[in-house]
Amino acid sequence: MDILFLLIPVSVVLVFIVGALLWWSVGSGQFDDLEGPAHRILQDDDSVPRDDKAP
Amino acid sequence: MHTESTYNYRVVRQFSIMTVVWGIVGMLVGVILAAQLLWPDMTAGIPWLSYGRLRPLHTNAVIFAFGGCALFATSYYVVQRTSHVRLFGEKLAAFTFWGWQAVIVLAAVTLPLGYTSGKEYAELEWPIDILITLVWVSYAIVFFGTIMKRKVAHIYVANWFFGGFILTVALLHIVNSAEVPVTLWKSYPVYAGTQDAMVQWWYGHNAVGFFLTAGFLGMMYYFVPKQAGRPVYSYRLSVVHFWALIFTYMWAGPHHLHYTALPDWAQSIGMVFSLILLAPSWGGMINGIMTLSGAWHKLRTDPILKFLFTSLSFYGMSTFEGPMMSIKTVNSLSHYTDWTIGHVHSGALGWVAMISIGSLYYMIPRLFGREAMYSVRLITVHFWIATTGVVLYIAAMWIAGVMQGLMWRAVNADGTLTYTFVESVKATAPFYAIRLLGGLMFLGGMLLMAWNTWKTVVGAKAYDAPILRPAAAH
Repeated sequence: MDILFLLIPVSVVLVFIVGALLWWSVGSGQFDDLEGPAHRILQDDDSVPRDDKAP
Repeated sequence: MHTESTYNYRVVRQFSIMTVVWGIVGMLVGVILAAQLLWPDMTAGIPWLSYGRLRPLHTNAVIFAFGGCALFATSYYVVQRTSHVRLFGEKLAAFTFWGWQAVIVLAAVTLPLGYTSGKEYAELEWPIDILITLVWVSYAIVFFGTIMKRKVAHIYVANWFFGGFILTVALLHIVNSAEVPVTLWKSYPVYAGTQDAMVQWWYGHNAVGFFLTAGFLGMMYYFVPKQAGRPVYSYRLSVVHFWALIFTYMWAGPHHLHYTALPDWAQSIGMVFSLILLAPSWGGMINGIMTLSGAWHKLRTDPILKFLFTSLSFYGMSTFEGPMMSIKTVNSLSHYTDWTIGHVHSGALGWVAMISIGSLYYMIPRLFGREAMYSVRLITVHFWIATTGVVLYIAAMWIAGVMQGLMWRAVNADGTLTYTFVESVKATAPFYAIRLLGGLMFLGGMLLMAWNTWKTVVGAKAYDAPILRPAAAH
């Protein structure tokens, strides 16, 4: 099962990359507010305006 | 229209329409295959219509053409809307559309002609593999480029799922498709024997996990709250869901190789990781379903929400069924039977197709300057036909699968097999008929959708929404 010498390191490297990303995102305040983002997508009005002014 | 004051809806429109088109093509091929299982001679022995060649065409068409186009369309829509910025790379985004369509057309030509690398869900030969890589790298540049120039500090959770899916699929494709070309349309994998099987299912199951799960969860975390008009039940849980899924998914693959030449301990690792996956999967499913709390009454009248809600129910069902089937003792019964086919379709039709259909019904009017789809009633009809079709399909395959498993392992007192293989095939025939009916119903629903989309789109002007200022952060 020589293949495991490729697949396991690939997975380990990947886990470290994911870990680094998590570290960065926590450190940069991505998850400081865990309420606002959920509401903010609802405030983004993506409905089509009723009148025909649409370009 | 190439201004920075509007969103790039053009590429979203293109992918959305092609999702409907490829959905019909892929499911039609599926229906033909289901019919061939009942009437093996129906295609009169024409080689390029034979089961063995059409089957990879079906899987490639529904996963990569239908599912792929749906993922491109929704991820481009969501990343723009949540980043409050136009898509990065105008030409590159257009290339991802035309490049991906070229991949699909090449697949539709080469697979029936018999050109295949023989690796499941990665059958396409090396020139197409290279094109896929080019398109995928462009996709990553467009997506992450848009994230980089976002106008809001926070990256919405749906984008994390889309981003995770894009990066992982790139890695999986490159590792699994490493092959040595012999001629223009023939190559051999660089791995051999069990090594190849291990890489193949490392790829195969992660394709399920990242292409068919993470990407569509991105869809779920945007379109369910939007359509319900309610914020995600627990945003905190959605973030935990993402990291848990990303950290634990990679090693579920060996459960496809139970009781094979793969070392026992590797099989067991695959089983354990598959069981662990139940936790993040159900966390996400419950989070999606509970998003409707306070909006349950909308389920009565809103067929789009019905699609999204039902897709989550199927997601919950198949992510429970999957870990159960990965348990070795269960797998000894279920493996190689039609139970697996039932499980796959509960995920593919119930979860993947339904969440895509719901999301498309949400997006299409908005992309063409309409307030709603041409007929909301037709969406309701589509929902009921599709749901009945899926239930018929998977129930038939469950029964057939368990029956086959039991028949194959039955032994007489003297140790001989109780049933011949062909007896199990004969016993399965009625369930193949029910499955064909279920598949036909699901395809019929897609035809209704195509008609509804046509009536919504025809005569409508392409609409590129203006970029709104993000709501003030606090």
